[in-house]
Parts: sequence; structure tokens; C-alpha cells
Amino acid sequence: MSEQTREPTISQMPPGPATQLAQVRTRRLRSPNWITVGQVMVTLALCAFLIVPMLMSVMAGLTVNYFRGISSGLTLRWVSNVLETYGDSVLTSLYVAAATLALVLLTGVPAGYALARSRTRLSRLIEEMLVLPIALPGLATALGLLAIYGGFSAFRNSLWFIVVGHFVFTLPFMVRSVAAICASIDLRTLEEGAASLGARFSQRFFTIVLPNAWPGILAGALTVVTLSLGEFNLTWMLHTPDTKTLPVGLADAYASMRIEIGSAYTIVFFAITIPLLIGMQLLGIDPGGNLDPQRLQRKHAKRRARESANAGANAAASIDAANNASASALPDNPL
Amino acid sequence: MHDLTFPVRWRIALLAPALALFTGFWLLPIGRLIQLSGGGDALATYRAVLTNRRYLESLGATVALSVAVTLATLVLSVIVGLFLTRHSFPAKRVLLALLTFPLAFPGVVVGFMVIMLAGRQGLIGALTMALTGNKWVFAYSMTGLFAGYLYFSIPRVIITVMAAAGKLDASLEEAARSLGASPWQIMRDVVLPALAPALTAAAAVCFATSMGAFGTAFTLATDIDVLPMTIYTEFTLNANMVTAAVLSLLLGAVTWAVLALARNLTGQAAAAAA
Repeated sequence: MSEQTREPTISQMPPGPATQLAQVRTRRLRSPNWITVGQVMVTLALCAFLIVPMLMSVMAGLTVNYFRGISSGLTLRWVSNVLETYGDSVLTSLYVAAATLALVLLTGVPAGYALARSRTRLSRLIEEMLVLPIALPGLATALGLLAIYGGFSAFRNSLWFIVVGHFVFTLPFMVRSVAAICASIDLRTLEEGAASLGARFSQRFFTIVLPNAWPGILAGALTVVTLSLGEFNLTWMLHTPDTKTLPVGLADAYASMRIEIGSAYTIVFFAITIPLLIGMQLLGIDPGGNLDPQRLQRKHAKRRARESANAGANAAASIDAANNASASALPDNPL
Repeated sequence: MHDLTFPVRWRIALLAPALALFTGFWLLPIGRLIQLSGGGDALATYRAVLTNRRYLESLGATVALSVAVTLATLVLSVIVGLFLTRHSFPAKRVLLALLTFPLAFPGVVVGFMVIMLAGRQGLIGALTMALTGNKWVFAYSMTGLFAGYLYFSIPRVIITVMAAAGKLDASLEEAARSLGASPWQIMRDVVLPALAPALTAAAAVCFATSMGAFGTAFTLATDIDVLPMTIYTEFTLNANMVTAAVLSLLLGAVTWAVLALARNLTGQAAAAAA
């Protein structure tokens, strides 16, 4: 694949005994070049396939008449039209995302930490179970929620009905993210150090666990908000006319409005989501909510280097003390 | 394992809120769905659904579409992922960021992107009109669904390929080359086997996501019977909760089985279908 780098060395080969070899190699080089050309073509085509429609819909949302093209002029009319007609759905989505995030933070962060600290078969089982709502089609979850709670009309008609759907769907991302970062730090040693100095469990949780897990929590939070804002499969089944979210409004606009309005609405969606996606990328998470543990660890290593420079010998001394205090800590490093 | 700093009562206290909500809003609903699907005579209900020609055809079409999408995604993503891993060029990070955005788009937006490309006022229609005089519009057909599913599958698999290809040992390829292996042989005997575990996991997630994708089908083709659309129609138009329950459990069982199989094959967690 990276054959270009090889070419100069061959052309620089001295003539003579090596010529035969050089001929063999150049003959072989010709086909790699074709392969590279093919790769470039496929890459360009694929990039166009993925990116061109995004650009087209942005353009369509800003032109006066999409059918006549960009020559008909640019306008913000469609965007303001969307904000007027569908502004409520945008707000609803923001409320739902905020409530989902609050629930996921309150329950998912402690759970992720607890799962990372206990390496029992039961905790693996719980982890597997929590992932089921994203592995199985959202339709099944939605039908189940309707089947069991559909009759409680106060709940059914409130935003909370959508929030609980988003909750089960986004919880695993927070749990995984927090568990990943907790597993990458030797929390047990740190906590034993603190415990040996007399810190209670709650003190340790707030002064050691949360600050150390912070990058994972932030990554999880961005993922949860992004997923909640874009969730359609569940939400379409769970929504009522009063609880339309942004993607539900999008489906509505695509089906019943002119293409400029659908496009303008898409622009609004991009304007809300893309900053979140860029934030995720900067944190080393892909838009599907998967962490890049190496990157997180690098960040973490930097952070710890900074902290240990501050804390210095004190921390080392207390960790030593902790290790001496409990012999079981020595051979048992989670990684 | 005795852990002084993490007593059992704290473990329970920390896990309890998440488990309580999870039980209330997922386990119980799914349990109710299972109960509904087996209401009355479970065997008869399942037999009736599984012998119904329309449902079987819908299941077959969904599986066929998902397999085709998965294969096409794998081929394209390996080509592009390897290229992007091994070559650097200006603005590569921006390009990679753009390529991964579709991962976070809801299915409806993906459907709209296909309409932008291949709809009645789409780019492909305009181009084919100018070139051949015939407008090629395929957004609202099975081909359109295929394009839409590719659209949200490719970014995920490209990410997987790039992550796995970055860890490949370049000296193995050097060795193969020095022993006279052709690029195709190197690809077949060195690169692909090394990527295989990551590709298996990615393929399973890709298949599972395609099986359950609802928003894209909803936007593009309300008259195409892929299983999620069939379930939706049964539930809303025919108010047939039992059939909808059976079909969605069937859909869940197929995707779960594929993910579990892939995980057994690779030993990796392969359940990141978002």
C-alpha cells in the first residue's frame, strides 16, 4: 500500500548485479500503483457519498427555491420558518436531553464505578444486561414500555415517558465510559491510601473517585446528550402530539413540508449536534459513543503527572503505608 | 475477593439506583412483551406468525438487505480505512471528523440524505438527466434503503478498521513483501487475517443495526416491508399488539444471536449498536 516510499530506493539502486532484482521489483511496483489509484478513487467516492448530501441539505435550506437552484438567491426565511413552526420540538428535545442526562449521571456514574471495582461474575453479568437495550432494536423497548405503562395516562402523556426510554438507551454509554476510566486507574490503591489516612467512603468517592473519573464522566455526558437529541426509533413510538422531539419534528417536516423547510430543519439539527460531536472528538470519543481508551489514558497520564508533581512524596508515602497495612493489595492489580 | 475499601453494602448502594430504573423501564417492559406474545396459547401464536407468508417474506427481505449492506460496508470500509490509515494529507483530521458525523444522525436524517442524493430533486437524478436524458430516482426503493443503511454503517466500520490497522505490525508486511508476496497475497494472508477479529465484531454490529433500523425506512419507503416497518404497521394501523410483540422479539432474538456469535468468535465486546 505505501509503495511510493519504496520507489526512490529502487531507482537509486546501482546498475549491475542488482539490475535483475530491480526489474523484478519494478514489475511488481506497477500493480501496487494501480491499487493505490483504485483506493484513492474509492475513498473519494465514499467521502463524496457521505459528505455531499450534508452540504446539499445545508445549501437547500438556505436557497430561496431549491428547484431553481442557488441562482434564486440565499435566504434565512426557511430557517426562521422552522424555528417558528418547530421551535417547541427543539425545546422539548433539550428538556428531554437534560432530564435524561440528570438521571444517567445520578445512576450511571456510581454504577460504572461499582462495576469497575468489583470483578465478580455477577458484575460482568450486570454489565452485559445493561447493554441489551442498545443491542436489541429500539422498537422492542418502545413496545414494551407502551404495553406496561400505556394505561397510566398521566405518565404516558408526559415528557417523562420519553425520558425513561432515552434513559435505558443511553445508560450503558455512561456506565461503560465511567467503568473504562475507573479500570484504567489503580483506584483501589489510591482509595486504600486515603482510607489508611482515615477518609470515609463518601469522602473517598467525592475526593478521589469523581475527580479521577471526570474525563470519563464528561465523555459519557456528551454521548448521552448527543444520542438523546438524535433518538428517533424509540421516540417516534413513545411521543404524543404534545411531546414531539426534534427528530420527530424532522420526520414530520420531511413527510409533509417542502424540501427547503426539511433542509432548514436539518440545518437546525446540525447546528445543535455538530458542536457536541466536535467536543466528543476532542475528548477522544467517536460519535457512536465509543471511547478510545488509549487517548483517555494519555490524557489521564498527563493529569496524574501534573498531580503527582504537586502531591509528590506525600502520596507515595501514604500509598506505601496502605500497601503495608493490607497485604492483599499487593498482588492484586486490576490491570 | 476481600476488598477493604469497597464493602458489599456500598456496592449494592451504588448499583441499586441504576438497576432499579433499568428493571422498571426495561426488564419489566420486555417481560411484559414476552408475556403478551405468549398470551393464551404461546405455541399457536408463534406458529401462526412464523408460518405467515408476509411476515416471513419481511423477515427474509430484512435479513437479505442487512447481509448485503454488511458485506458492501466491509469491502468499502477496508479499502478506505486502510488508505486513510496509511496516507497523510492536509486536513485529514477534518475529513475524518466529517466522515464520522453520520454515526450520530438519527435514521430520519439518514433517509433525508438519501433523498438529497437520489430523490426526485436529488443530485443523481439531475446528473443522469443531464447525461442520459433519463432521471434516475431510486431513493424510495430497496436500493434507496441499501444506500441509507450504507450511509450509517460505513463510518462505524471505517473507525474500526482504522483503529485495528493502526495496530498492525508493519514488519510482517515487509517480511511478506521481501519473500516475494504480491500485494493481493499480502492482503489475503497478512492484513485481512490480522483485521479479522475487529472486522467480525464490526460486521455483527453493522448487521444488528441494519436489522433494527427504523427511521431510515420510515422516511424513505413506507411501503417496503422491512421487519421494523412491518412491526410498526402491525402496531399502529392494525392495532395488533400480539403480532407486533412476537415480531419484535423475533427481531431482537436474531440480532442478539448474531452479536453473541460474533463475540464468541472474537472474544470482544460487540454490542455497541447505537
